[in-house]
Amino acid sequence: MVYSKPVYQSQYENFIGGEWIAPINGEYFDNLSPVDGELLTKIPRSSTADVDAAVTAAKKAFESYKHFSVIQRSDMLNKIADKIEANLEFLAISETLDNGKAVRETLAADLPLVVDHFRYFAAVIRSEAGSVADLDENTISQEIYEPLGVVAQIIPWNFPLLMAAWKIAPALAAGNCVVIKPASATPLSILLLMETIQEVLPKGVVNVINGAGGKIGKHLSTHPDIKKVGFTGETTTGQLIMQYATENIIPSTLELGGKSPNIFFPSVMAQDDDFLDKAIEGLVLFAFNSGEVCTCPSRALIHESIYEPFMKRVLERVKAISQENPLDASTKMGAQASLNQKEKILEYIRIGKEEGAQCLIGGEAYENKTYPKGNYIQPTIFKGHNKMRIFQEEIFGPVLCVTTFKDEAEALSIANDTIYGLGSGVWSRDMHEVHRMSRGIEAGRVWVNCYHLYPSHASFGGYKKSGIGRETHMMMLNAYRHTKNILTSFTQKPLGFF
Amino acid sequence: MALQRVVATPEALNVIELLKKEYGELVFNQSGGCCDGTAPMCYEKKDFHVPSRNVKLGEVGGCEFFIDPDQFEYFRYCQIILDVKEEKSAFGNSFSLEIDEGYQFITLSRLLQSDE
Repeated sequence: MVYSKPVYQSQYENFIGGEWIAPINGEYFDNLSPVDGELLTKIPRSSTADVDAAVTAAKKAFESYKHFSVIQRSDMLNKIADKIEANLEFLAISETLDNGKAVRETLAADLPLVVDHFRYFAAVIRSEAGSVADLDENTISQEIYEPLGVVAQIIPWNFPLLMAAWKIAPALAAGNCVVIKPASATPLSILLLMETIQEVLPKGVVNVINGAGGKIGKHLSTHPDIKKVGFTGETTTGQLIMQYATENIIPSTLELGGKSPNIFFPSVMAQDDDFLDKAIEGLVLFAFNSGEVCTCPSRALIHESIYEPFMKRVLERVKAISQENPLDASTKMGAQASLNQKEKILEYIRIGKEEGAQCLIGGEAYENKTYPKGNYIQPTIFKGHNKMRIFQEEIFGPVLCVTTFKDEAEALSIANDTIYGLGSGVWSRDMHEVHRMSRGIEAGRVWVNCYHLYPSHASFGGYKKSGIGRETHMMMLNAYRHTKNILTSFTQKPLGFF
Repeated sequence: MALQRVVATPEALNVIELLKKEYGELVFNQSGGCCDGTAPMCYEKKDFHVPSRNVKLGEVGGCEFFIDPDQFEYFRYCQIILDVKEEKSAFGNSFSLEIDEGYQFITLSRLLQSDE
């Protein structure tokens, strides 16, 4: 089935205080689709004055939203989820047009996960509680949670809606108001999300401001009324945001990418069964989301004893990855998010060849006859060693680097020889081997005999230069609230000190 | 001739001059990681505290260019060529200054030869 392109407005505005507000300077930029290189719509190129308006609207909304009961917040999050679910197909197609990823992914992964994320946080706030300590017969200590206030959230372009949901849902659940800055490569789907949910959203609780990060990002991150910044992106801007956060002494949560190892032990091939089939697919998941995933399993470590037969099966599976039309539900891999990204990936493919890595499949742009102006790359696998740049730098495309190992110690050493520590995968039928590896890998997520699963109730975040803080899971609520201690004495007698 | 670890194309130098007019002194730091990673970030010099252990690769257009020491290990044998793309539509989500002007700096690289 091929989905048709919806009709969009020729121009969108910022979403501030529950209204669609034109940028004060009247400037807009073109939003092109990476699918076909055609104009989707025009998006505000905001200035610092628009940021001020958004923060002011959020601050005003917080004065009433902070009094919303847990039941009211939970009901609102459930209504948001229902609205998204009712418009799932439209939002999924729009996400494909905005980002380039294949529509089968947005229909089956991105949007259902967005819906679930709002429902998850609607549920957990109904069932959690602060705590009370009975310190002595006359002294009670209460730990009470209170929201931070207005928080800024800067969204990446690889999962525009899902990463927005990961940030918006816990922030609203904890009682905050938010100012969102979508990635300027992928602004449309978040604006369509706002159109979808605006009826059930109190005015000013969520505000969306568009434009490039350089000017408005700084103004937003250093605004004295912003009480936290959440950011997903690259390392240097992450450092800059931490530096900005020192100005007002506020926290920041940073998710900065990875170079995740996916490790295959000999027992994977002990039988030719469903599990072997699952493991092969687990390796080929490097092509999921066109490789534009922070946790992309971009380094495959395969035991030398199974390398040849395992890779033979893998290459057959990679050959079966269909490209061409991302709006066709049978297409397996879509476009890269921008022309720049496509060119960066091609530069890495060039570097890999220059470094002497062996290209096993792909290694070129994909010439798309349906959409010659779109940004397409063939799924590519290099064989090389872990000291090569292509094994160390995040390519953010469908480029897998494969190497072999001789024993568990070497596998662990290669796995941890990276500046990042976000995702990882371990594939084995030996539970003891799995346990030792899982504990030894320095990463925030170890997928065991699976990969690329993102349930709401499992924490996600990085070790090392992959960032600070966690997303998803109810522990995320504490990243968006204060703990207030109320210490009450019920004795009428003085201390006797003075 | 002294080893040049970073050079800039004439187009990149033009954009640096354009940005200097608006922002004053600039600094570059090679980034890594998610999304717009492995791209050079261009910030106001007074705005970005360059991590004290970062390695200075050189200067382009009168601006210092730094890299994280761990990343330098893998760039050690490369020369970085700072280039720029005109990007009227699809910028990323970084805070690099050129993006607002409709450009994006990129790093190309070439392996250094033994006589360098």
